[in-house]
Amino acid sequence: MNTTTMPNELINLTISPRLAKNLRRNIKERLIEFILMLAALSAVFTTFAIVAILLYESFGFFKAISLVEFFTGKEWTPLFEDAHYGIMPLISGTLTTSAIALAVAVPVGTIGAIYLSEFASHKTREITKPILELLVGVPTIAFGYFALLFVTPMLQKIFPELPGFNMLSAGLVMGVMIIPYISSVAEDAMRAVPMSMREGSYAMGATRFQTALRVVTPAATSGIVAAYILAISRAVGETMVVAVAAGQQPLLTFNPMDGAATITAYIVQVAMGDLPHGSIGYQSIFAAGLVLFIMTLGFNIIGHVVRKKYTEKY
Amino acid sequence: MVNTQTPLKAESKDLNFFYASGHQALKSVSMPIYENKITALIGPSGCGKSTYLRCFNRMHDLYPGNKYEGQIIMHPDNTNILEHGVDAIEVRMRISMVFQKPNPFPKSIFENVAYGLRVRGETNKRTVADKVEEALKGAALWNEVKDRQQDLAFNLSGGQQQRLCIARALATDPEIMLFDEPTSALDPIATANIEELMSELRHKLTILVVTHNMQQAARISDYTAYMYLGEMMEYGDTDTIFTRPARKETEDYITGKFG
Repeated sequence: MNTTTMPNELINLTISPRLAKNLRRNIKERLIEFILMLAALSAVFTTFAIVAILLYESFGFFKAISLVEFFTGKEWTPLFEDAHYGIMPLISGTLTTSAIALAVAVPVGTIGAIYLSEFASHKTREITKPILELLVGVPTIAFGYFALLFVTPMLQKIFPELPGFNMLSAGLVMGVMIIPYISSVAEDAMRAVPMSMREGSYAMGATRFQTALRVVTPAATSGIVAAYILAISRAVGETMVVAVAAGQQPLLTFNPMDGAATITAYIVQVAMGDLPHGSIGYQSIFAAGLVLFIMTLGFNIIGHVVRKKYTEKY
Repeated sequence: MVNTQTPLKAESKDLNFFYASGHQALKSVSMPIYENKITALIGPSGCGKSTYLRCFNRMHDLYPGNKYEGQIIMHPDNTNILEHGVDAIEVRMRISMVFQKPNPFPKSIFENVAYGLRVRGETNKRTVADKVEEALKGAALWNEVKDRQQDLAFNLSGGQQQRLCIARALATDPEIMLFDEPTSALDPIATANIEELMSELRHKLTILVVTHNMQQAARISDYTAYMYLGEMMEYGDTDTIFTRPARKETEDYITGKFG
């Protein structure tokens, strides 16, 4: 027998029972995979369902109201006898309160994160961080009444002409409310910067402040921007604080000293009334909700682009 | 066999070091560091050689609870750099360090090298650009990166990143450069480049290098110290240590019987 030709010969192969596919194991694996996928899909499905309902109900709204009127009208009075459907007053209210909130939360939150991550001792951090995070647990309605009953009267001592409902007080308190979101997420991003990078900076004779500002912060940029995106979404979507403290009177103004309604405040105000299903007022909630959704989505996309740009640059 | 003609750049005297946990990592280590020479520290993992190296730029100050005892005297100042009145930042400005793994900053190649100058408050663009070029040339990296100095430093290869870190450390004209296993994360060709570079640098400054690689110590260093369990077991010029070590333990370690 010539052994050198052996490898070329065709052998009739069979599957040994010991190496055969294990049916039970296979089914079990598939089942587990399916359950895991369902869990992941539930969030995706909910999002799509919300968007679908928003789009469907808004479609009914926009059949009656033209897009031009919706986006150029300067009055929002869907529930009045003389109804006007201009979304601009709600957008101006939302943007103004959010801008005030971010003007407070971004600097304070970022500085707080730098302090906690780079300067505070272990002990200080262990005490401070849980307290900061406790702020997140306070119900937003409490913040709303804090703004209305404490901050507004205080501000009125400085600005006597300030009305009882105003965007300034609501924005400031909302800003304080979202500080922990920024400081907590940004601090995690900074702490994730490897120690070896800090050591490299110190070894060059850098001070703590120089290291924090010139090395750690740029290294953590993408995480810090993520914190800002989260904060923006929180501010734009926040409901109770503005509904309670900024008033519910839609007014096209960017003046913080005025009272105004935000998109969310309008939605909560109308949703609590008893509007007939399918009426134009009922559908206006969804149109307003769609605008809010698009705004949040827009900010998220901008944040994503900025984040991408910075991770590439640094 | 130590050449007494060579001037001393630094010396440690009865140096003890304690980590915050209370663990004593260095036990009465005394050793000279000669000017414009390469001194290699060898020994098994955990013997304290990196700990010893990091005393020279007071790196241990970054972590609370660490404690030094004894002296590291730097010449020509004749100052114990471990003294409380000594500013660790001033020490680090004169004694720079290259780490085990390349640790470039998330900045451009140019800004990485310019970092030390920026930290010192240098704002003259001309001066910074000249210094950066000089340092990149000194680290044998200039030809590879001169046309892409604005690129992100992370885009360089591992060996290039390590040379970038050397350029960064060079840019501020340090007197002593500490190398903590500078080639352990690199391939043989990149290692050869770095070793050649270190031999070159010796003409400009004094080098203290920790290495796990016995051949490397034999190839590049003028003096070698063998450490074990936080103690200095033997110190001498490299030829003597590698050919006629005085102690059995040193010989066992060098020949690979142990460690």
